[in-house]
Amino acid sequence: MSAILINQLLFLVVLIGLGIPLGFYTYQVMSGKHVWTSAFLAPLEKMIYRLLGKQAKVEMNAKKYTFSVLAFSFLSFIAVMFFMLLQGYFPGNPNGAEGTSLSLAFNTAISFVTNTNWQAYAGETTLSPLTQMLALTVQNFVSAGVGIAVLFALLRGFISKNSRNLGNFWQDLTRAVLYVLLPLSLVIALILVSQGVVQSFGGAVETYLLETGEKVLVPLGTAASQIAIKQLGTNGGGYFGANSAFPFENPTVFSNFVENIAILIIPVALIVSFGLFVKEMKQGRTILIVSFILLVLALIGVTMSEYYMAPHFTDVLANGNLEGKEVRFGIGWSSLWAVSTTAASNGSVNAMMDSFTPLGGMIPMFLMQLGEIVFGGAGSGLYGMIAFVLLTVFIAGLLVGRTPEYLGKKIEPFDMKMVCLVILTPPILTLVGSMIFTLHPDSAAWLGNSGAHGFSEMLYNFSSLANNNGSAFAGMETNTTFLNVLGGCIMLLVRFIPMTAILFLGENLGKKKMVAVSEGTLSTTNGTFTFMLLGVILLIGALSFLPVMGLGPIADFFIHS
Amino acid sequence: MKAFIKENLQPAFRLLLIMTLICGLGYTLLVTGMGQLFFYQQANGSIVTVSAADGSKKNVGSQLLGQPFTESQYLIGRPVGTASQLSPVGKEQEDLVAQRVAFFKALDPTNQQAIPMDLVTQSGSGVDPEISLEAAQYQVARIAKERQISQEAVEKVIQDHTSGKLFGTIGESRVNVLGVNIALDELE
Repeated sequence: MSAILINQLLFLVVLIGLGIPLGFYTYQVMSGKHVWTSAFLAPLEKMIYRLLGKQAKVEMNAKKYTFSVLAFSFLSFIAVMFFMLLQGYFPGNPNGAEGTSLSLAFNTAISFVTNTNWQAYAGETTLSPLTQMLALTVQNFVSAGVGIAVLFALLRGFISKNSRNLGNFWQDLTRAVLYVLLPLSLVIALILVSQGVVQSFGGAVETYLLETGEKVLVPLGTAASQIAIKQLGTNGGGYFGANSAFPFENPTVFSNFVENIAILIIPVALIVSFGLFVKEMKQGRTILIVSFILLVLALIGVTMSEYYMAPHFTDVLANGNLEGKEVRFGIGWSSLWAVSTTAASNGSVNAMMDSFTPLGGMIPMFLMQLGEIVFGGAGSGLYGMIAFVLLTVFIAGLLVGRTPEYLGKKIEPFDMKMVCLVILTPPILTLVGSMIFTLHPDSAAWLGNSGAHGFSEMLYNFSSLANNNGSAFAGMETNTTFLNVLGGCIMLLVRFIPMTAILFLGENLGKKKMVAVSEGTLSTTNGTFTFMLLGVILLIGALSFLPVMGLGPIADFFIHS
Repeated sequence: MKAFIKENLQPAFRLLLIMTLICGLGYTLLVTGMGQLFFYQQANGSIVTVSAADGSKKNVGSQLLGQPFTESQYLIGRPVGTASQLSPVGKEQEDLVAQRVAFFKALDPTNQQAIPMDLVTQSGSGVDPEISLEAAQYQVARIAKERQISQEAVEKVIQDHTSGKLFGTIGESRVNVLGVNIALDELE
């Protein structure tokens, strides 16, 4: 147990140590400053703007920015559908994968465009390498880029005065992808290949089992390049069905360490960038502290539950719950991953979430239900968190009778309406989705486990879909037309309703003038506020989900203990 | 409508095309090229080959993928199959573990030690290539007896295929099952 704690502590130290410098770099990139990589990338960037024409230079207000985001996402959706349905006719298909069903293509396209990466299929058998490369890898990059772009559009609203200008979406997206995601992915992909993650255009290799001589096909593919960005961009969609538990995606303890850092590093860096961008590092610090407290609490909870709450079997040496876990990761690295992937809206797994102990599975579920704001998705996590900060400022302002202000901007009714849209959309869709599923006559047959654990399966999956996470209690049958369509619609709404609200919030904030800091200004950086923010986040989560949790994981826990 | 297409869809289409070329094609080709050049073995599945008596070579699998072993002269790894999705505290799981315990007991009735957890639980990938050092040691006596070699010889082979901990602390000591079994076959 002590070794596990030391390892996890080491991980957190490395995470912060790498996250802070990346935060400085990302800040410079997104403010359009010259960085050291400009030497190689600036010519490429200029060329892209030239190809895009006049639109790459205009200033955008919220409406224009939103239209650009939606137009880009819509075409992305069409592109993924195109490759999935017609992959049988294209080259780059050594294993002869055929076009998928319409509902699966619909679901997967939305899933990757919305940075969810929910997967109702197993990549190695269902998709051709060409589809993985030209459709899915590309979306891993750009969906993360869109999140980062929208975040900075909002932040421009905070720092500008009497202006509706939120920046230019095409430039924001290009810079986020070109300067931040692409170089980092390249480095990580090469580290992963060195560890044994496959990266090849060849078809499956024929092998013959040692004991029986039976022929077995070993699947290859361009996995390393896709996995690097799937972790960095908080995407999470695996190249192979078993995701990062599969040895060809995550072969060693070192590869696991690198991938787990990659899951959290961009969200951590963005919080630092936020502090720099609004010229008040302390504001970033508040958010960083709250996120870390929630992450560490969750980590302790999951690790303890997996270690001490594991079942005891007769004649078996009890040392924690290893069902669904790989020996090379054990309890420690599996618990850390489970917490990271649900905190950061990543959704990849290195151990099967369905096979966690009842409480060990409940905590990741709750992290998602908080709205994917504890670090959260690339960009989207932080703008969600800022919505919670505004809510806290508003509540605190009401309590002490002051006008709510944040970063020198008065928070008024329109702003609060947008905040409510951001905060309430995910829980409503989680609960409504679960309800529709439960009412379907076949729902019980689709679950992989019986009883309370089966209910947890369903609740987990809808929490994942309705927060753009993408991980699953994968015992449930997910590739059904009903769930593909329902899940697709949920992912779509939960991505673009809050995103649009955030852009209009940004514009509305930008229109206002700055209010000078005075005696009467409520501090948003001291201990009281930090504690208050933590309380508001937990309260909203608990109020929304405690009753339904009682039917799932909590019941599961009491039945079996 | 025409203005909307020109102002939004046209740049969106162009940027998506550019990104597909850079991030889909260029990036993937670059990583594949460098991977094939510098890490040929790893990039192509870490395939293990053994030479037969007549000198011909045969792929027996990947070092990174577990494969089923059931005979008692082999080191037996974790159950092979699809990824486990069972609740660890459910009835289905309890029955499966009892079956696996019975299998190991039947294979070696003289062994009275408790069975390490990893041997009787399904892994996340279903093809976990490794077992814990304890799980390997649990099987030493049986393998030695079946192959009529000394326990020390078996332990030596296991030791050769045990990965140490990264930086001396990270992770657990683990044994590569396929590696051990190939080496055991080569002893004879």
